[in-house]
Amino acid sequence: MSVELLNFIETVINGLMSGIMYSLVALGFVLIFKASGVFNFAQGVFALFAALTLVGFQTGQVPFSHLINELFGTNFHNWYPSLHSFFAIILTIITMIILAWLIEKLVLKHLVNQEPIILFMATIGLAFVLEGVGDLMWGSDVKVLDVGIPSGGSEWLEKTTIGWASEGSEYYGMYIDVLNVWATIIAVILVTALALFSQYTKTGRALRAVADDHQAALSVGISLRSIWVLVWAISGFIAMVAGIMWGTESGVQFSLSLIALKALPVLILGGFTSIPGAIIGGLLIGLGEKLAEIYIGGLLDIGAIENWFAYFMALVFLLFRPQGLFGDKIIERV
Amino acid sequence: MGLKKMIVGFLGSVIAIGGFLEVATADLKFPMLVYRTGAYAPNGIPNADGFVDYYKMINARDGGIGGEKIVFPECETGYKTQVGVECYEKHKENAMVFQPMSTGITYQLIPKASADGVTVYSTGYGRTSAKNGKVFKWIFNAPATYWDGASIAVRHILKQNLGNIKGKKIALVYHNSAYGKEPIRTLQVLAKKHGYKLMLLPVDHPGQEQKATWLKIRKQRPNYVLMWGWGVMNQVAIKQASSIKFPMENFIGIWWSGSENDVMPAGAGAHGYKALTFNAPGDDYQVHKDIKKYVHDKGQASGDGSHFGTVLYNRGLFQAMVQVEAARVAQKIHGTSKITPAMYRDGMENVDLNAKRMEELGFKNFAPPFKNTCENHGGSGLAAVQQWDAKAKKWNMITEYMYGDAEVVDKLIAEDSTKYAKEQKIAMRCN
Repeated sequence: MSVELLNFIETVINGLMSGIMYSLVALGFVLIFKASGVFNFAQGVFALFAALTLVGFQTGQVPFSHLINELFGTNFHNWYPSLHSFFAIILTIITMIILAWLIEKLVLKHLVNQEPIILFMATIGLAFVLEGVGDLMWGSDVKVLDVGIPSGGSEWLEKTTIGWASEGSEYYGMYIDVLNVWATIIAVILVTALALFSQYTKTGRALRAVADDHQAALSVGISLRSIWVLVWAISGFIAMVAGIMWGTESGVQFSLSLIALKALPVLILGGFTSIPGAIIGGLLIGLGEKLAEIYIGGLLDIGAIENWFAYFMALVFLLFRPQGLFGDKIIERV
Repeated sequence: MGLKKMIVGFLGSVIAIGGFLEVATADLKFPMLVYRTGAYAPNGIPNADGFVDYYKMINARDGGIGGEKIVFPECETGYKTQVGVECYEKHKENAMVFQPMSTGITYQLIPKASADGVTVYSTGYGRTSAKNGKVFKWIFNAPATYWDGASIAVRHILKQNLGNIKGKKIALVYHNSAYGKEPIRTLQVLAKKHGYKLMLLPVDHPGQEQKATWLKIRKQRPNYVLMWGWGVMNQVAIKQASSIKFPMENFIGIWWSGSENDVMPAGAGAHGYKALTFNAPGDDYQVHKDIKKYVHDKGQASGDGSHFGTVLYNRGLFQAMVQVEAARVAQKIHGTSKITPAMYRDGMENVDLNAKRMEELGFKNFAPPFKNTCENHGGSGLAAVQQWDAKAKKWNMITEYMYGDAEVVDKLIAEDSTKYAKEQKIAMRCN
């Protein structure tokens, strides 16, 4: 094969893999929007908060230690030297469930029947509050996150593909980050689990009923509030997974909340109400932006186009299919 | 009492108290533009802590500068240019000096501060040509500029290649902002001079996703990669470089891409990564002992004290020290402890931090000596290369402090500053 073709294949694979990372963030948005019609602006901060909490549990950091030490002149920093990642993840899941319950109790409950824009504004407020609380609880340092997921280039793939190029050409083998492979496996497991949960469990059916029609679901005795807690807890769990994957790559730090911006074009493309849409949208955006950066950018001798190119793709898509690839078509009767 | 009256009363009290505090305590005002929140907080916090601890130490140990206490109100910019300008407007009254901690903010403040008569000190960042004191009366960027940095990095590469880098490929991975773009011109001129090929690879804010950039590097195999990054961009770039097995000893960051924060997330993969620096790491200097004695041991450390001795904390100490020294020099020149912003500028222009003075200030061997003059606001232009040891988790200085390529840099500075002077109709000074 020619080196150009192999490079193209490499770009396509890496684009798709990056797209999966975006899908992990987009999934959380979709779940909440589907069940409650709320566009959760705080989803990125959820990922940050979950990752901060996970590192906090792993390292035994005392929450609010900075504040406590400042107020009482103490020198508390750590409860214990370290905790196994498995237990830290369990504790983080419990924290995210408590957070979901608190959000329902303190925010959503009081905003039932309000306009979607009010709920959206509430999630903006939530994002800032959560970011501030996260800062106070765990501090602003860059934290190293390691839950045992391997990362770095795959040597196996590199060695296997190095001989694929035509004889005499300069080729170094294909590159894939193992972390992205794991992200793909985890995303497949997540989507399958979500599909099985919503299809074959009683709670899952209730969740779908709420997603289809709030009023009808209420009329058959489904508790809207407990479904909301459940949905926010699940999306908190997904945020934790996204936080782990992104945090492993860059360290856990406050810029992690900005990954939400990566999910927006994915949602526009895939639709706000479709789980498969979040995956397909992510794949398309990842692929599109990497091809644009390397090939269009290379052709025009410009760089850093991938960020805006994703939004350009989303904008073009909006013009032809406003509801996204798999989103529900909005039909309003007059 | 009605709600309206309560609000008016409350606001009135706040303004009155604020005004009282301002009058009662404002001796020497050194406003701080900081970013303790947002995407760049991990870098902003240790740096700001260094400033605050130093000012507190001077107030506690010496009773201020010449008997005048330092007040240092903080204003949170979040590394946002517009917010930085608002912070400047809010605090410019009677301010001695502004340290914008952002090249974008510095560019915005240059005309404003020059008109207002306020000193701006952008330590090793900001507009490079502000080094020319003949044009930029109120702006200082000592001890080294980005163009010094770019040419020092190339000089280091030249040394490694026995002076010949013709045909080599050097990539610049840069923050796609005023800051990141600053070294491009110098690197282009140096490419012509030394015959290397320059690859430009911008990374958009914040730099969380750089896969395409590093795929390009993997395909095109540059011999060296230089980085002008900040915040998460540094961590992701170092991790990606390690992931594609780029030789880390050929990866050199500017002094803002060489903190502990930048290398820790990549773990062992960051071993061998290099960065320029104009100050030493570590906490074994006299200034640290004084800070420990007068600030930390009294429970008054800024933050939780965990950044003590880190690269960015030490840089904050160095920046604050220069600012304090400028005030001392101004007091000496004008024979009064109650200096005005204009007097302070004179002090900054006459700062002479020679080795003896550095030692007196507790900074022996901490940074190379430098001196500002009317013509030269950019100091010595000296920087060294430090290398990360991932096992020991510490930076080691691997070169002496070296000069950049004055032949190239000085010419570019003269060109750029003269152009600016013509555009702004600024009469040259120092004649």
